[in-house]
Amino acid sequence: MSSMKRWLPHPDVSAVLLIVWLLLNHTVSIGHLLLGAVLGVLIPKFTKRFFPEPVYIKRGAVLIRFAATVAWDILVASIAVARLTLDPRSRPAPGFARVSVSLADDFALTALAGTVSLTPGTVSARLSPDRKHLLIHVLDLDDESALIQDIKQRYEAPIKEIFQC
Amino acid sequence: MFEFISAILILLGASFALIGSIGLVRFPDIYTRLHGPTKVTTLGLGGLLLGSMIYMFLQGEGVAVRELLIIGFLFLTAPVSAHLVAKAALHRRCRSVCGLPDRDADS
Repeated sequence: MSSMKRWLPHPDVSAVLLIVWLLLNHTVSIGHLLLGAVLGVLIPKFTKRFFPEPVYIKRGAVLIRFAATVAWDILVASIAVARLTLDPRSRPAPGFARVSVSLADDFALTALAGTVSLTPGTVSARLSPDRKHLLIHVLDLDDESALIQDIKQRYEAPIKEIFQC
Repeated sequence: MFEFISAILILLGASFALIGSIGLVRFPDIYTRLHGPTKVTTLGLGGLLLGSMIYMFLQGEGVAVRELLIIGFLFLTAPVSAHLVAKAALHRRCRSVCGLPDRDADS
């Protein structure tokens, strides 16, 4: 293992950490540059075990379109949940649903689970150990197969395309 | 004009945050309760921060990248914590109004 690899197992993560640190502190003074650099080296080093294999975005255009879809869905989802919350007559019928997933990459799976949690009435609850099924909790479940179809088409397909996995 | 937009965003954001918290109280079990804070409150905070960004910009403080970063962090962390709470609840077989999924079905 080269010393470069030992000290900077994920150079891109380190760079992002440094930039985020500078942005958060709103300065580029020497002190913060140094501190940011130290954090950029230490944090990836100590969290190395949690990092999946590095993945790269292969389809930037799809990512942007996907982000727009998700942002819109978050808005719609929040309004829907807000309505269920405020309407005293609403009797949502919650339930669990299992979605089969076929993403080969840990990072892509994380992205999918996170997206599911942020969008229409669903929270991802458990990933099966073989990484083939995602158990989700649905706030108002009326058509399970339609919902599963929706998740696969709207979120899984673009994520698959973005990371090419 | 922009001050108006900023005010609307802050008001809307605050209402969403409030509704999210009402959801936390009103829904019957831990799984349904997760829905309010993960979605509605996150969006509400996003609105508040956007409003604050516009306001700061009007005050001549420049573009507040900090707020954008906070929004980014919020949207990254909210689903992760919700997932962990749900997973822990399932693991402990917490009561659910809809019947729990089979424990062995996928574990």
